[in-house]
Amino acid sequence: MTLHRKLAACMLGLCLMAAPALVLAVDDPSEMLADPQQEARAQAIGAQLRCLVCQNESIEDSSAGLARDLRRVVREHVAKGEDNKQVMDWMVSRYGNFIRLKPAFSAGTLLLWAMPVLALLLGVGTAFLFYRRRANAAPPPPLNEEEKARLARLTKD
Amino acid sequence: MLSPELGHYALALACVLAAVQGIIPLIGASRRDARLMALAPGLAIGQMIALSASFLSLIYAAVTDDFSVQNIAENSAVSKPLLYKITGVWGNHEGSILLWALILGLCGAAVAAFGRNLPSALRARVIAVLGLVATGFELFCLTTSDPFARVWPAPMDGQGMNPLLQDPGLAFHPPILYTGYVGFAVPFAFAIAALIEGRVDAAWGRWVRPWAVAAWCFLTCGIAMGSWWSYYVLGWGGYWFWDPVENASLIPWLTGTALIHSAIVVEKREALKIWTVLLAIATFSFSLSGTFLVRSGILNSVHAFANDPARGVFILGLLGVVIGGSLALFAYRAPALTAGGLFAPISREGALVLNNILLCSLCAVVLTGTMYPPFMSLLFDRTISVGKPFFDATTIPLALPLFIFMGFGPMLPWKRAQLWPVLQKLWIAAIVAALACGVAVFRLSGVLPIICAAAAVWVIAASLTDLAERTKLFRAPIGTSIQRARMLPRAIIGTAIAHAGVGITVLGLAAMSQAQHKIVEVPIGTTEQLAGYTWTLKAVEQEPGPNYTAMVATLEVRRNGQLITIMHPSKRSFNSQNQTTTDVAIHTNMLADLYGVLGDRHGPDNNPTYVLRLHYNPLAPWMWLGALIMAFGGALSLSDRRMRVGAPQRAKSSSATVSVS
Amino acid sequence: MTTPSDNLTRRRLLMALPLAGAGVAGVAFWKMLDGMEHGSFNPHDINAPVLDRPVPDFTLAPLPPAEGFTTQDLQQVSKPVLVNFFASWCIPCLAEMPTLMTLKDKLTMWGIAYKDKPDNAASFLRHSGNPFSRLGSDHDGRAGIEWGISGVPETFLVGAGGVIRWHTAAPLTEETIGKVLLPLVHRLQTP
Repeated sequence: MTLHRKLAACMLGLCLMAAPALVLAVDDPSEMLADPQQEARAQAIGAQLRCLVCQNESIEDSSAGLARDLRRVVREHVAKGEDNKQVMDWMVSRYGNFIRLKPAFSAGTLLLWAMPVLALLLGVGTAFLFYRRRANAAPPPPLNEEEKARLARLTKD
Repeated sequence: MLSPELGHYALALACVLAAVQGIIPLIGASRRDARLMALAPGLAIGQMIALSASFLSLIYAAVTDDFSVQNIAENSAVSKPLLYKITGVWGNHEGSILLWALILGLCGAAVAAFGRNLPSALRARVIAVLGLVATGFELFCLTTSDPFARVWPAPMDGQGMNPLLQDPGLAFHPPILYTGYVGFAVPFAFAIAALIEGRVDAAWGRWVRPWAVAAWCFLTCGIAMGSWWSYYVLGWGGYWFWDPVENASLIPWLTGTALIHSAIVVEKREALKIWTVLLAIATFSFSLSGTFLVRSGILNSVHAFANDPARGVFILGLLGVVIGGSLALFAYRAPALTAGGLFAPISREGALVLNNILLCSLCAVVLTGTMYPPFMSLLFDRTISVGKPFFDATTIPLALPLFIFMGFGPMLPWKRAQLWPVLQKLWIAAIVAALACGVAVFRLSGVLPIICAAAAVWVIAASLTDLAERTKLFRAPIGTSIQRARMLPRAIIGTAIAHAGVGITVLGLAAMSQAQHKIVEVPIGTTEQLAGYTWTLKAVEQEPGPNYTAMVATLEVRRNGQLITIMHPSKRSFNSQNQTTTDVAIHTNMLADLYGVLGDRHGPDNNPTYVLRLHYNPLAPWMWLGALIMAFGGALSLSDRRMRVGAPQRAKSSSATVSVS
Repeated sequence: MTTPSDNLTRRRLLMALPLAGAGVAGVAFWKMLDGMEHGSFNPHDINAPVLDRPVPDFTLAPLPPAEGFTTQDLQQVSKPVLVNFFASWCIPCLAEMPTLMTLKDKLTMWGIAYKDKPDNAASFLRHSGNPFSRLGSDHDGRAGIEWGISGVPETFLVGAGGVIRWHTAAPLTEETIGKVLLPLVHRLQTP
């Protein structure tokens, strides 16, 4: 990572203190599309695109210069009437899968996308197996005379 | 005189004490030597005192502007306000590690002070494990992150602190969050002690739970504070970004939440013992690895601060010893722990098992999402990102059933239950949730927010129903209800309150999906419309501050002609760092936040225009309020007589104990 | 039917799973840290998919003193050309310039001033020396987006026919040039 990128990186989220220099300019309103429907669609696309210089923010959230440029590009494409997939593909062809905040389904991301179901099945399956084994386990042998006498002593107290 | 050398010496002393604390009581416990075991509390308290002295001397150096200390020179400045001179001590890598160590020392001392009723061997072992962990941290501090390193010649002034961090919210956020992280070291130590002893029983569950609940309360508050901080400081209305740093705090929170629930089963029914021990180990392991991997730069977060490779290696070694060691002990000892009480799938235990499955599945999803990019990059040399849209799509479907089962879980009887009687008790809650769903259909757009809102109302209504049922509210004379409410264990009231807090947070999150915003560039005197409010930019003025100059706007907000508030969003330029920050103005009536941000100034000097960002954030405060209520519920259940640390004695009956064969 | 000892073995294996998982994660983290130290692993890399692709369509304003260039010009090159994005406001670019100057005689270099005022870029080159035989100005950053850059400096090696053969998002160093870039140029020139 080059120095200027570190400087341009926007600080995010919780705790601490790595403290890169911050550029918190509020963006330029002139970039918004006049048609509210198109603008909403552009925002929805932008929310799926990762800001390349500021980690884990979408370009809609970021105030970095490149994010602003990309917002403008998205709006141009939307205004031209392209659908969401076309805009997304345009971006991915230039910046690769890094720019997708929501990774595409593929062999490589199978585990990622399957994880919710997998984890749930694993949890339920394990619990079920344990339960069945416990339930099937032989019941404890009946108390012998000595134990019965001890139990009687204990319960009397 | 608290010189930095004295602080350094105190730190070294603490490290030695911690090492002794980690070894002697263990030997004592295995030899059943009461004298050696009796050393543990004194050593823990001594270590804590040494650490406090060390920490105080660093604060003293910061307050007295001792720029011959490298750490102070790099992070402080004469012009910095006193509060931030103090809080700045933990606003950097070295200082924050020292704070970690200090909190760990405090935990050890707390076990020493409040654990008098614990069996002496267990107490000795718990304190010893805490001592061993502390030794590692203090060695890390001394060898690779020395906060007391001197610089020569000492500069006249320090380099100052990032202005974004000069904020009261952030100043107190790290100590609270760290207390949450480090607090889970105590349940961890209990788990290790139990594995060494080979004994986990109801009493163990009862002793470990208050510590877990206390740490959980802090972690909950810490996460909420961090989220609130990004909401009001970063200035675009966002509150959670699924950044690795945030996920690093969420993962132990999820396992920690699972832990405080599964420990109940251990306490009441002696079941789920092995699982609970594993959760205790996992929670602390995630706390450790989360905070430290974020610092190693592996995770793609801007918070990465330990770029020194030696640090990375030390951290990894430390994690390997603590986590690897404890899991190895687990693998060695846990198979011999016998299983506990039986229960039917539909029972309180069953509901708690389900709670654990769902929470751990959520944890698995967050963990996988966070770690997938570096692993893809390492194994397949492919770059991907995993961000908010992924997490939103995968976590909400797992969280929804959790909310639904949360409603009736606490009402199910132990061992064996029937669903129908419980559902019958909840018909009012179900109707309320259905009504809420109806209202949500009209007020919210999007299917998920509507379902989430309904689920949230269900959780709140069901929690209140639980209390109403237990106090026989409306079914018995009011006097009887009050009498019953007084008799109700605080743990039960705390549970209901914490669950209702979850509902409140979720309601806030659902409503926030409907937030509206508008960005405009306007001259002074312009009026804008947003969400039924009229916002007028009245004036923009220059105002000097202690170490910055500010451009302050006056923003008047009216509704139907009536003045609602006058807000002053501003933009600060810090002289020493050549940086600007935006100071958001927020007006809340608890039902919605009006949120104004002042942006750049454009145009000619005689007729400038200003960029304004206006937000209407419905129910925004509820997100954090809910978290506070959760923590309050936890604290309330801590005050329960039965939860008092160490108060209960181990059950005498031999059937309650489990021994290693 | 399982015997108790079978059961115990299974239990032991099950209880060792967390350790195995943590071990795998630990080894992976160690590999990552090690790779980061030696530059072979960088979690912050965007890895824009540019390799072995034709140069994108882009337009540049000319930036005196040198002649400008277009997509067509790059498509028609017969020998490798190094395309370097730079800016006067970028400190690593300034640090990279002396390295580029040493490369001036060995390789054709074309420069693109990214999001920079033409005047500033020109005076930057006057101070640092100008290694570029052709220059363009990408004032609004649109050409940069077409190339898939995320900051400056960023460098591309364009081979014959206008195909991108190599790319780095880090400042060029003597080491990279000697070990990676020049050998590659040599290979591209000898069919």
